[in-house]
Amino acid sequence: MPFPYRTGFTQFLRGASKVKKVFTRPMSLKDTPFHYCPGCGHSIIHRLVAEVIDELGIREKTIGVPPAGCAVLAYNYFDVDMAEAPHGRAAAVATGIKRVLPDKLVFTYQGDGDIAAIGTAETIHAANRGERITAVFVNNAVYGMTGGQMAPTTITGQVTTTSPGGRVPLRDGYPLDLSEMLGIAAGSVYIERTSVTTPKGIMKTRKALKKAFMVQMEDKGFALVEILSPCPTNWKMSPAQAVRWVDEVMTKTFPLKVIKDVA
Amino acid sequence: MAGKVLMRGTHVLGEAAIRAGCRAYFGYPITPQNELPEYMAAAFAKMEGAVFLQAESELASINMVMGASIAGARVMTSSSSPGISLKQEGISYLAAMELPAVIVNMMRGGPGLGNIAPSQGDYFQATKGGGHGDYRVIVLAPAYGQEIADMTRAAFDMADKYRTPVMILGDGMMGQMMEPVVFPEPLDPASFPKKDFVLDGCQGRPSRIVRSLWLDTNLEEELNWRLVRKYEIITEEIPDEEIYLADDAEVIVVAYGTAARIAKGGVHRAREAGQKIGLFRPKTLWPFPYEPLKRLSRKIRHMVVFEMSTGQMVEDVRLAVEGRCDVSFYGRPGGVVATPEEIARVLSGVYRRLDHGRGAAAESGHTFRSVGSA
Repeated sequence: MPFPYRTGFTQFLRGASKVKKVFTRPMSLKDTPFHYCPGCGHSIIHRLVAEVIDELGIREKTIGVPPAGCAVLAYNYFDVDMAEAPHGRAAAVATGIKRVLPDKLVFTYQGDGDIAAIGTAETIHAANRGERITAVFVNNAVYGMTGGQMAPTTITGQVTTTSPGGRVPLRDGYPLDLSEMLGIAAGSVYIERTSVTTPKGIMKTRKALKKAFMVQMEDKGFALVEILSPCPTNWKMSPAQAVRWVDEVMTKTFPLKVIKDVA
Repeated sequence: MAGKVLMRGTHVLGEAAIRAGCRAYFGYPITPQNELPEYMAAAFAKMEGAVFLQAESELASINMVMGASIAGARVMTSSSSPGISLKQEGISYLAAMELPAVIVNMMRGGPGLGNIAPSQGDYFQATKGGGHGDYRVIVLAPAYGQEIADMTRAAFDMADKYRTPVMILGDGMMGQMMEPVVFPEPLDPASFPKKDFVLDGCQGRPSRIVRSLWLDTNLEEELNWRLVRKYEIITEEIPDEEIYLADDAEVIVVAYGTAARIAKGGVHRAREAGQKIGLFRPKTLWPFPYEPLKRLSRKIRHMVVFEMSTGQMVEDVRLAVEGRCDVSFYGRPGGVVATPEEIARVLSGVYRRLDHGRGAAAESGHTFRSVGSA
């Protein structure tokens, strides 16, 4: 009787050319290492957006608009056409592109400072016009690139470099729930808040991003996915602590849910 | 619309833009230029694929212009002084990203909210870089309805040729005034050559990036010098001016736009009184026609700069003249429009003080002095 392992090994060698690749870099990402800090959510979110673009087969008709902020260099990673917007103006720049090229797909990729402070007007009006764009809103409750200042989404009591004693609403304003505000706009079609702190959350985020792109492909209106994302560096936490802080603290102010879905 | 038609300035501009192949307009209402977006809205509503969008602000509209330019369209926005201040952010980015766009400023009285009357108070803002960073914007200054039509066509061509924002600088009076105009033949945007920077999805080519962030200082410096080289070419190729009754002139009035038309009326009146006075009218404000003005300054004894401001272009005139003749300034800021008689009085006063028969200008040599209100 031949050695069973020998048969198995031969079969393995014969079948080597049929081995299925189950994990690789998405086509829509360049072969460039991310510069993001350890534990930052941007790398995960970049990958998810790229995977969705690949899955939908839209890489060659997509134009991305990154913000000013940590993700300003997103164009170094995405292998799709990318147009850098001035701080906060991504929705306006995306509007200009989409109106001229209505059969292309346009997404913005913006942080909380970009979309919910300096770009509030552009974002609300793009949503209200039902602009056929997809907004990826990365909320880490802080201005990351400038070094951890208070953001519109900084939660009550949260310590930042410009709210050293913690955010006091009657002095600093309340954390702004932009996604809820956008839900009120009649032109918005789909708005969901997710997080990337657990495998389940990552899969949910991927699903939400796919839907947000499909809303645009089906020409329905404005879609946005708000993604709660850890910022260990500026929160002065370890990556593990930062993930826990999102799950246990941040979600109390920004609960994970579908905010609007009339798709 | 063949042959000569009678139209107001804002409508002339809109029609000329459409004939230049402009198919995208973004703006925000502000007086005195609302007839232009209204014209574009009405015209584009009847044109397949043309984009008119009233934005939520001037800030949004200039950034929509940026997006449309990135997408390859011939695109325009228009506003008046306070709105142009808000657009400066985007203009700086357009210059940095080397994107073509046409921006119209129908100037009104300022600073601040000012008023809605015609003014020329935005010369510095337009020609010296209203936004941040080292950049220039081509500034065209029409004075007649026909020039609005011709310069609008030129503005789109220059924007594409040099990949840079171009500003058409008018004022509230020019926008309202009706004049006879002959339009150039319309261009078909489908016939334009494909631009190699356009983002339209990376089908069959590597993905592209349009950006203005260069964290590597060497690359940012390189961008700055590249822009300078481009500006040098523009400075060689496009300066333009009108020189009128200058052959025998001893005094020249320098003015642009509406002010130049008023000044021309003043020159006519002075000539009727036998005074040898002419006109120099820059048609491009940036690049400023330094050389022809410099040549003129060698044979002229005195230049009077007239602006509907407190004196801005006068600094460029002095740079061109470099002390070769006297330069004085007469201005009516705040939306006040001077009359030709008023300018004639100012010019005649300067002419009489030339001290004919006793050689060179007698007074304070080559110093700047304000003539003040008449």
